[in-house]
This record gives sequence, structure tokens and C-alpha cells, in this order.
Amino acid sequence: MTTTTPQIVDFDEALTRYEPVLGLEVHVELGTESKMFCACPTAFGAPPNTQVCPVCLAMPGALPVINERAVESIIRMGLALHCDIAEWCRMARKNYFYPDMPKNFQISQYDEPICTDGYLDVTVPLPDGSGTKTVRIEIERVHLEEDTGKLTHAGGSTGRIHGADYSLVDYNRAGIPLVEIVTKPIVGTGELAPAVAKAYVAELRDIMRELGVSDVKMEEGSLRCDANVSLNRPGDDWGTRTETKNVNSLRSVERAVRSEIERQAGVLDIGGSITQETRHFHEDTGVTTPGRSKEQAEDYRYFPEPDLVPIAPDQAWVEQLRGTIPEQPSVRRSRLADEWGIGAFEMESLVNAGVLPLVEASVAAGVGPDAARKWWAGELLRVSNEKGIDPAELPVAPADIVRVEELIDSGTINDKLARTVFDGIISGEGDADAVIAARGLAVVSDDSALMVAIERALAEQPDVAEKIRGGKVAAAGAIVGAVMKATRGQADAGKVRSLLLAHLGVEDAQ
Amino acid sequence: MANSALEADLVRQPATVLAAAIAAGDVSAREVAQAHLDRIEQVDPAVHAFLHVDTDAALASADAVDVKRAAGATLGSLAGVPLALKDVLAMRGVPTTCGSRILEGWRPPYDSTVVDRLRAADVVILGKTNMDEFAMGSSTEHSAYGPTRNPWDLDRIPGGSGGGSAAAVAAFEAPLAIGTDTGGSIRQPAAVTGTVGVKPTYGGVSRYGLVALASSLDQAGPCARTVLDAAHLHAVIGGHDPRDSTSIDQPVPDVVAAAERADVRGMRVGLVRQLDGEGYAPGVRQRFAEAVELLTHLGADVVEVDCPHFEYALGAYYLILPSEASSNLARFDGMRYGLRANDDGDASVEQVMSNTREAGFGPEVKRRIMLGTYALSSGYYDAYYGQAQKVRTLIQRDFQSAFDKADVLISPTAPTTAFRLGEKLDDPLAMYLNDIATIPVNLAGNAAMSLPIGLSPDDGLPVGMQIMAPAMADDRLYQAGAAVEGALFDRWGHLLIEEAPAL
Repeated sequence: MTTTTPQIVDFDEALTRYEPVLGLEVHVELGTESKMFCACPTAFGAPPNTQVCPVCLAMPGALPVINERAVESIIRMGLALHCDIAEWCRMARKNYFYPDMPKNFQISQYDEPICTDGYLDVTVPLPDGSGTKTVRIEIERVHLEEDTGKLTHAGGSTGRIHGADYSLVDYNRAGIPLVEIVTKPIVGTGELAPAVAKAYVAELRDIMRELGVSDVKMEEGSLRCDANVSLNRPGDDWGTRTETKNVNSLRSVERAVRSEIERQAGVLDIGGSITQETRHFHEDTGVTTPGRSKEQAEDYRYFPEPDLVPIAPDQAWVEQLRGTIPEQPSVRRSRLADEWGIGAFEMESLVNAGVLPLVEASVAAGVGPDAARKWWAGELLRVSNEKGIDPAELPVAPADIVRVEELIDSGTINDKLARTVFDGIISGEGDADAVIAARGLAVVSDDSALMVAIERALAEQPDVAEKIRGGKVAAAGAIVGAVMKATRGQADAGKVRSLLLAHLGVEDAQ
Repeated sequence: MANSALEADLVRQPATVLAAAIAAGDVSAREVAQAHLDRIEQVDPAVHAFLHVDTDAALASADAVDVKRAAGATLGSLAGVPLALKDVLAMRGVPTTCGSRILEGWRPPYDSTVVDRLRAADVVILGKTNMDEFAMGSSTEHSAYGPTRNPWDLDRIPGGSGGGSAAAVAAFEAPLAIGTDTGGSIRQPAAVTGTVGVKPTYGGVSRYGLVALASSLDQAGPCARTVLDAAHLHAVIGGHDPRDSTSIDQPVPDVVAAAERADVRGMRVGLVRQLDGEGYAPGVRQRFAEAVELLTHLGADVVEVDCPHFEYALGAYYLILPSEASSNLARFDGMRYGLRANDDGDASVEQVMSNTREAGFGPEVKRRIMLGTYALSSGYYDAYYGQAQKVRTLIQRDFQSAFDKADVLISPTAPTTAFRLGEKLDDPLAMYLNDIATIPVNLAGNAAMSLPIGLSPDDGLPVGMQIMAPAMADDRLYQAGAAVEGALFDRWGHLLIEEAPAL
């Protein structure tokens, strides 16, 4: 009998002895306007218990009626995840007592989920930088259910219901449609497991956003992930799993899986056994701590929900919905990267900046990919950051980018003036031409006007003029700079330079 | 009818007569309501049909009808007619207890669809009627607020769970009442009180606002003293409701026209072999046999039909009902409405929930919650709930093949007449057997009626006959029922209820 307490094992070392098996359960709150079974609104952040009615408060006698838009959303999600869509299925009651659930049962799905047997391919970079690996995540099921209310526990030290002085319940969230996406066990990912988990959730998030079925904000809880992790020695049966909850960001998904692998390896190393339990991930410390023990499996007494008729989606409707499924975001990204001739890194920075769709739209409108990237990942991104808004919220249309690029190509404006033009567009002064007219912008190309400025600059800096005449062409920059300053940037610097050198009769050495 | 005679006897008039008199201006809706409120005051201390009488609201809605009429508005077929509402239907601002302590003091913030439709039809709701707690029982003895008594004999039960509604109609406290029927709770009380009760096709009347006992079995329906009155009420409350997902999106069959037709000539009437004989009291059997003869005499083609799986109906019912009930009643936890027991500041939320349910539910409710919890448990589900659902399918098939041979089926409604208070209270199984003939219809979801066919020679108490029709053929109940009722009226010179002793 050893008295050793388990130590955290370094991740890389843990992977030398154990193979991780993952299972991911992702909950997505649908962005329907009304709740799953009643007409209450679903807006986030309303004062507590203001978006409730007899149905979602489970008043005696109130009955649920299914939200057709929620059914449509989940079918589209299932199709995007390559699932089979059930021709006939039922909702089920999951019975358990908890004060955040007004009916003391949750309307969910049990053995008849609406979507089954799908998959999602995700690509992760290899740790040695040698490339990427694509992993197919098999989807077990995608089912529809309702969210619970939100409990706030006052007093007590644990922040849980036990030990609290009192608890407050907000039922605004109760009955919001929720979709649960459950993977089959993910095996064979080894050291890539944390990155695969993160990439999977990120890809799901992108798909949901693309489908427009949810705002998928992890920080607001509209996308939540529970990570099941177990370890086994190579060749052994799968180990006992734990389920880590409270994973509220993509980064946390990766960290939680990594931390749980390190912890479990420590337990197994000293011959201990893993307790099947729910664990909570702590963002601050990056570790998981035990929650509710699941040694005694709860008996939810599932049975088909008798208050609702079965869901039997018309096959023609399903096919019609299939036609609305967009290209998978990662597939589209790699296609666009190829088309635009950019690498994975550049593409990722466009995605992270949230400007990929904007670049894509601008390219579609006729702007060259490089120019579209230059503006959206540069000046326009800077302005949106400064304003604290999403780049997509800027009032800049693809047509504006097209016009600005035309004006640059024709020499009417330069890049510097173009930034001023965008400033005008964003300030609501009209389109590019209107801004140029109103602000009197345009490159000064009138030679005589420039010559006046050049001569003035030469007069002000006679020593520099002398150096240039003496063949020190590099000194021309000082005069060009002064001219540009005098014309407030509205001159073409190259043109100023050549006029200057011609004026002084010096051969351009550049 | 002379005006004075009508006024002298307002409470004994059928709903259709009252509605016509109000529409014609022979009597005001207020006078009709007041007459019934007076009658309630006079007899209800003995009968205890009502849990709550809303005098002010009743008179206000009666006045509204009079105002409408004065303004020349066209009135509905039941405008101004008083009605007693079973206390299992939510009505805004009016106490709704379901006969349980756990809902004491709860006033719903919303109206059930049935109440919506009654209001829209200008029916005057007098109050809420007594019932077995959460509609679990066949005698109204399981009410937390004391039993209702049978107007025919105050020492006997009025049936259940809707004993209050049936007794109110039988005691002339209201010409109409709403009941709900999960396994016979409209029909068995109708049978033992000499009144008419109909369980419509499942999905024919909205369940929105009906506090659920067993969602897949519950159905609200009319209680009345005549078949035609019941038909009018059925027409008012029936029809599709988008707030009830199980509501049928089809027009209600024309039950009023069917009641007016009152004709069984050429109708194939199936005698269900399994719903007669052993277990049925001799007096019940005798009156039922006479009713069968009467049907033949009226031109019906009576045939025998076999429903072999009916013998499993009671067993299946007592698995499905408690299972659904155990889940439906989970919401009564003291957290949001009704009773909250022993919340002393130290008790945990689980303890308060548990204390509340311990204090708030009566023994029959607890018994069924435990039965249902067990039946749904992991490892037992297939053997109990799963098997019961298979029986349900077999019973539906029995009905299908019976309805291939017959347009309607008939049986005694209940195996006995009204039994004495307390007689079966300690014997749940004996109590459950009261519903042996009514339960198959709930399991299959089709429609049925109970109507009085005479007094048992054993004890002089009313006997009811059950007529069963296929789903969405509710009109056949009324057509056949009105024919029998009419023939018996011709024979007796009055309705059976007129033979009830004075209170």
C-alpha cells in the first residue's frame, strides 16, 4: 500500500505512457426569436424573470408546443454535420428535481435523436511545425432540448446551492432551445488531443455561425462544451472517464483536456483509479476540481413526452434545407487560401481578425485579393478596433473598396489619401467620389503648382539644394518631404522627386 | 312555457331552454344566475359539489350577457347559461386547487382554453367543483377538501374524479358542468348520478390549462342532464387549439345536429362481450339488458363484438397513468406556487421540496407517484411502461376490428351503482375496478358517452349505459344517445333525474 499522493505528470511524458480517449458534448443555444415551447423572447441580458409565461414557468395546466424554427435549425445543423435525419422521432422527458427546472423534468431527446451518425473533419497543426493533420470526428447524435433557468447562490463559500444562504432563480433562460452535439469516442489523437478538441469546437462554432442558427458566444454561454477524457495504456481497454464542465472558451477547451490528461496520468502512475465524476475547470488556475460524483448513475426515468406529437419532418423539406447548407468553413478557407495564393498563417490571421467574409465579399466585387486583404486586415481593422466594433459593422461596402482601388490605380489618389477617403466614408460623408469632392482630396499633379512648392523648399534649404547639385541624390528626400508636407500629402512623391531632379539637372541614381 | 312557470323552476330547466328564454327576453341572464346561486346556497352545504363559488364574477358575466342582448347582439347557443367548472381547469384569478392541499391559495395567471371558449360563448361560470385530488379516484373521497355527496343518497359517493361536476348537475345547482376524463372521470360520475357525461375524442377538446394527470389520456368534456345540452356544450368547448400540440386540427363533428337527429334506425350497435357479466351488479345488468332491447326496438342492429385485450386494459392503465402522473406532478415542489412546507431557513431546497410534497399530497396521489416512478425506472421500463404501451396498441386494434362490425359499441358504464362513502376507501383495487368499462376508451383515444337508463332494482339508484364511438365520430354518441334518451322519456314521461329525491 503506497501513501504517495498523485503528482501532475508533464503532458509530453504522460503521452509516452498513456493514450487519451476524448468525448465531446457541445451545447448550442439556438438563436430563435422565441423559446423552444412557448412564445417568450430569448434575448440575452433582460432583467430576471421578465421573459417568462405560464408555459416556461411550468404553471399547472400549461402545455408545450414545439418551435418549428428550432426544428429547422437542428435539421440544418445535422445536415451540415453529415448526419442522417430521422423521418420520425419523439421528444422525451428527462426527470430529475432541481430548482432551475420549472417542470422538474427537461424536455429532451433520449433514444430517438433527430440527427445521428455524422462527422466533422478538423485540421490541426503538427507540433513540430512540419504541417497539419486532418482528423475525422465521428458524431454520435445531435438532439434538441430546452435550457434550464439560471441559479445564483448567495452567501456560503462554495458558490453552489449547498451551503448558500439563499438562491435566486432567473427563468428567462428556461426553455431556450438547446442543441446537444455528442461525438463518438475520439481515439488515436495522442499528443494532438487537446488541439483536436479545440479545433473541433472552433469548427463547430464556425459552422453554427455560418448557418446563422446561433450567435455561438462561449462567454455568454450560447456555446458550451463538456469534455470527457480517459487514459489507457497502449493495448489496454479504455479507462474510466471524467466529464469536465465549465469550459467557457476555446482556449479553455484545450487547457482543460491537457490538464485532465496530466492529472489522470498522475493518478494512474501510482496505481490509483480514476473516479467517474463531473469536474469543473478553473480558468484562473488551469486545473479541474471534482464536482458531483456520478458513481451512482442517476435514473432520469426517460419516457416519450406525451404532450408533444412526434417530429416527422417532410423529406422534401429536408432536401430543401440541404440546399441551404453552406460550404464547411475550413474547407472554404483552404480553397480561398489556394485561390488567393496565401498561406495557412495568413488565412488564420484573417479569420482571427474576423475579416475573412469581408475580404471574400470584396474579392467577389472585383478587388484583387491582395488589395482586399491590405485594406481589411490593415486600415479598416485598425479603425474598427479603435471604435471598438466588429469590422463588419463598419459602413464600408465592397463597392467602396472597388472604387478606392480604381482611384489609386488611376493616380487620382494615393494610399495615404485613400485612408482619408475611408475616414470620410465611415463618417457618413458619402461614397469615395463624394468624399474626394467634399474634402478637396486628389493627388496634386499640376507640374507648375508642384514646381512652385519645389522652388520654395529649395530656397528654404539652400544647403540641401547645394548637396543635391553636387551629386548627393540621397539628399533629395528632404526636399521631397518638405513638398509633400506643403501639399498636405496630396502630391505623388515620385513625381515630385523626378521634377526636382530634372529641375536641378541631376541624373537620378536610383 | 308560461313566464311564471319558467321563473318558478329556473334551476330545473335544460340549458337549451334557458338559453332560448334568455335570448327571447323571457328571463334575464342575471335572474338565471341568481336562481342557481340561490340553489347552491340552499343545497350545497349538504352536497358539497363546489369548492369555490364566485358569486360576483358569475353575476357580472350574466349582466354582460343581458347588456349584449339589450344592445341587439346575436347571442350564442348557450349565452347566459350557468356552468360549474371542475377545479382542474385553470381560470384566471380564481382559486384552482385540483382538490389538493398543494395548490391551496394558487390563483392562475391565465385561462385554460376551455374557459376561454366558455367566456367567448357567454356561458356564466358559477364556480369550481370538487374532485378527487388531481383527478385520482372514482368517488371524490380523495379530495383534500372533503367528499362530495350523491344527490340521490347523501350517504353515497357521486363517482369520481368529477363527482363535484356530476353532483352539481344532478342537484340542479347548474344545468351544465365541465368534467375531465382520464379513465372514466366524466362517465362514471354521470352513471351514478343519473346524468349525461361525454368524453370526447382525445384531441377533440384542448388540454391547455387542464392540470395534467396523465397527458396521453386526459380529456375535458361536457356534463349535463340531457344529451342535447351536452352536445351544445361539446360544440362550444371543442375544436383545434394551437396551444395544445395534441389537439386535432379538424372541425368538431356536428354533435348538435346529431343529438337533434336522435335516430338509431339501421345503426349497427356492438355489444362488447368483455364488458358485461362477472363483476357487474345484477341490477346494472338487468337495466343494461333492457336498454339493449330498447335499441333493437328502436331499429338498431345489435351485434356482439369481441375485444379480447380489454381484460388487460386496467393493468396497462395503472402503469401508464401513474408513469405520466409521476412526471406531471413533479412540478408541485413549493418553489413557484402553492404550498411551501417547513421552509425554516435551515432546510435545504431538497428538504423543502420533500416537505412540501409530503404535506401537500394525499395518500392516493403518493401511491400513484410511487407506482409511476417505479414503472419508469431504469431496468423496469420495458417490463412495465413498454409492455403497457403494447397493450394499448392491442386495445386500439380491438376497437378497430369492433368498429368494422359496428358503428357504436355499448356497455354498462360502471359495474355497480353508487356505493357508500368509505366503502372502498381502504381498498384501492376495488376502487380501481369501478373504471373497468371506461378505461379502454381512454387508452384508445376514442369517444364515449354515459347516459342514464333507469334505476337499479337492487337499490333504486341510477344506472348508466356507455356508448362508444370511433375517434372523431363523436356525433354518433349523440345520435344514439338522444334516441335512447327520447324513448325513455316517452316511457317515463320525464327525465330520470326528476326521480331524484328532493334535497
